[in-house]
Amino acid sequence: MRYHPHTPDDVRRMLDAVGAPDVETLFRSIPAPLRLRRPLDVPPAIDEIGLFAELGRLAAANRVEHPPFLGAGAYPHHVPPAVDQLLLRGEFFTAYTPYQPEVSQGTLQALFEWQTFVTLLTGLEVANASMYDGATAMAEAALMATRLTDRRKIVVSAAVHPDYRAVLATYLASTGDEIVTVPWGADGRTDLAALERAVDGATAAVIVGYPNFFGVVDALPEAAALARKAGAVAVSVTSEAVAFGLLEAPGKLGADVAVGTMQSFGAGLAFGGPAAGFLALRQEQVRQMPGRVCGATVDKQGRRGFVLTLSTREQHIRRERATSNICTNAGLMALAATIHLSLLGRRGLAQLARVNFERARMLRDAMGRAGFAPTFSGPAFNELAFEVGDAAAVVARLAKKGIAAGAPLSRWFPEPRFRGSLLCAATELHSPELIELFARSVRG
Amino acid sequence: MANTTGWKPSMEQGAGGAGGEARPGTGGAVRGLAYEEKLIFEHAGGGRTGVSLPAPTGAWDPAKDLPAGLLRGEVEGLPSLAELDVVRHFTRLSVWNHGIDTGFYPLGSCTMKYNPKSSEALARLPGFAAAHPLLPAEMCQGSLELMYRLERALSEISGFAGTTIAPAAGAHGELCGVMMIRAYHVARGNARKKVLIPDTAHGTNPASAAFNGYKIVEVKSGPDGRLHPDAVRAAMDEDVAAIMITNPNTLGVFESDIGAIAEVVHAKGGLVYGDGANLNALLGVARPGDMGFDVMQFNLHKTFATPHGGGGPGSGPVAVKEALLPFLPLPVVVREGSAYRLITDPRERPRTVGRLREFHGNFGMMVRAWALIRELGPEGLRRSAELAVLNANYVRARLQDAYHLPYATDSLHEVVFTDKLQKAAGVSTMDVAKALIDEGFHPPTVYFPLVVAGALMIEPTETESKETLDAFVEGMRAIAARAAADPDALHAAPVKPVRARLDETRAARKPILRWTPGMTLE
Repeated sequence: MRYHPHTPDDVRRMLDAVGAPDVETLFRSIPAPLRLRRPLDVPPAIDEIGLFAELGRLAAANRVEHPPFLGAGAYPHHVPPAVDQLLLRGEFFTAYTPYQPEVSQGTLQALFEWQTFVTLLTGLEVANASMYDGATAMAEAALMATRLTDRRKIVVSAAVHPDYRAVLATYLASTGDEIVTVPWGADGRTDLAALERAVDGATAAVIVGYPNFFGVVDALPEAAALARKAGAVAVSVTSEAVAFGLLEAPGKLGADVAVGTMQSFGAGLAFGGPAAGFLALRQEQVRQMPGRVCGATVDKQGRRGFVLTLSTREQHIRRERATSNICTNAGLMALAATIHLSLLGRRGLAQLARVNFERARMLRDAMGRAGFAPTFSGPAFNELAFEVGDAAAVVARLAKKGIAAGAPLSRWFPEPRFRGSLLCAATELHSPELIELFARSVRG
Repeated sequence: MANTTGWKPSMEQGAGGAGGEARPGTGGAVRGLAYEEKLIFEHAGGGRTGVSLPAPTGAWDPAKDLPAGLLRGEVEGLPSLAELDVVRHFTRLSVWNHGIDTGFYPLGSCTMKYNPKSSEALARLPGFAAAHPLLPAEMCQGSLELMYRLERALSEISGFAGTTIAPAAGAHGELCGVMMIRAYHVARGNARKKVLIPDTAHGTNPASAAFNGYKIVEVKSGPDGRLHPDAVRAAMDEDVAAIMITNPNTLGVFESDIGAIAEVVHAKGGLVYGDGANLNALLGVARPGDMGFDVMQFNLHKTFATPHGGGGPGSGPVAVKEALLPFLPLPVVVREGSAYRLITDPRERPRTVGRLREFHGNFGMMVRAWALIRELGPEGLRRSAELAVLNANYVRARLQDAYHLPYATDSLHEVVFTDKLQKAAGVSTMDVAKALIDEGFHPPTVYFPLVVAGALMIEPTETESKETLDAFVEGMRAIAARAAADPDALHAAPVKPVRARLDETRAARKPILRWTPGMTLE
């Protein structure tokens, strides 16, 4: 076994040093009735050639020959090979959480850079070292808001990703906090009149998507103003972070907290994970922030260096009084996003966002020519829902051609009026030709 | 700040002197060519980019389509660098890190075993890497089959009825496990109020229980480092929802009374939660599901060698007994005939605790873990546990005259020493840890578990050879000798990395958490 370096002679000499006659003796503290007296019932060992054949067969059973017209929280993007080749440096990916800063300056400086990127994109002052994903980042932001305001009501737009809202409900199930969901209007934006009615002096947080689940650029400034007036924390949620290259930073629009996923930068799709969740906030909220954070300091010789800091908020110090139970987060994916954003830079990010914006217009126009109108009239970034008749049937028909057509909204909204709605994303990976082919294929 | 110009190599004087040969008993750290490297934002750029993208056509004007107040121009502060600049920056940062690929990494309870390169290549197969999580089931049968097989294998390895592979990390798995325990009690009419946690537990255990609204009651372990049924009996009543036990515990000691403890807890209607952080010691040898545990979380990034990535991503599947199956979170992967499908609709699983994260879990970690299980097979899995335990006991045997061993109880996969013998000379666990860095080793876990003053928790794992362990032992013994002879030299350690000891107090007192233009540390 290539991962077990021990020769029979090594084992014998080591047992001699221990003073044990055999390896079995080393397990004598496990009472006999608790021992497993048979081999595990898992498939027999396989060599590397067989391993690649078997997993290669599974990978080939997935249909990925065309970029999917699917977003709904995970977006197909081109990731420059430089990102992955740097991620594969063993010093990065085989390191643990940087508890020993002197031998972890690479990870730590990169985290500091990640935190800076997140604050630049979101227009806020502080970001943590990453969250598991966007949905848990949002749930943690809601919990943080209850601590900051000492209030118990979370007001969330129904146009926030339904799976994120489901995670919020799961996280809040035992806390006794209340969740009030506010509907959207015909434009796909949060119904501001309904929001105004829902937000009051008991509201801890107001949560809206930016862009929201339907790809619509929601009314963040108005929602944030309502939150502010009531003394609540305004939270913006972003699944498609490429939008930050075209859309104003949420912090500049009144959001106190910005959360979401940086999946679009460096992570790829990977069947939904891993990717790096982010959480950014204002300086005065930092003591209630969940998760790890990296800070600058100096070493004994006065040289700049980086350490994990403000750890008295965290579980390994504060245990049951910690701001969160999070420990391991998504460090390597934060590094992936940091490398990708470094490559993009100012100009590249603006260009990428502009191309995404345009491809969504190409899709809108092509679908229009094919006879399919957008479901919502509100402004989109790179994702739109269309009325296609029977969305699930369209998806099934295109699947036979190896095309992932989009997400039927009926998956989340069982009401009959959503039967025809198909949520589609278009990014730089969708060439104008592919977009044309797609629109014609939807028509059949 | 030294060397603000960057780009300047600094030659470190090594232990082997000018000849550059590692002396026996070190991890091989001799001298290195290291570079000062600025923050990515501090590099001069301007007008450059490191990507190749299609040009916008200009056919659509964002200003006509989007509300004016919501548009922004280029993001101020982002770098403007060519691809090579970026590649060099991160390559230089990487060499400031110690990873498993660099050297021995005996971080206790973190199971820093070798991360197979095969697993990395397999996770990157386009069929896996480019699969969207919402593909129609007929387009993602490969991913679903892999998830199903992994779920079955984890259930078998742990001895439980079923497993969710959705949780994103160990602590997320704990959260999920306690949620299911709570849902179980709620379904029986009473959520109960308390969770019992031994004093040797990871901090995530009490945090995860508190997150679910439970009051924490600490249970003291005995003088042998084990939890005793009497201590549990004294704390146990019908308000206790569960006890959370790590087995083997963080001292590397098997909780051999686990059967009796589980009886005490079950007799009052409580459940037994297993923290699987240390499952590596038990693979193929014993199964938590056979010992009275009702729920257990795995850490694929420990036991199944998926990389830690400098702080994640992890993966924290949770296995449960039959009675808890209805409460498993969504999604659940099922096999129907020869096809696989995800259940995502709560109407199909009305008693589920709900959704814990977006999509289905850290699939990339699942591929890696499954690849390891396939290559090892049943004998290889068991051999992993045997060699991990042999390695820990070998280190224990060879160091127990040089460092104080607080518990004489048998060790499994890890061993905890203390700085008691070195304290007399004023040398602390932190000094030993930093001196190890100069020897070319990553330090063990320090000052944990909390029940041991000055703990040094060493977990070698099965992938390390006798030669590596011998070098580490020699290094530790040399440090012990120097502690008596020249304690000041140890206070000064480490001297070889690109940075000496960092001022953590200052970092916390005056937090600087992001780069700003012209930032200084004054």
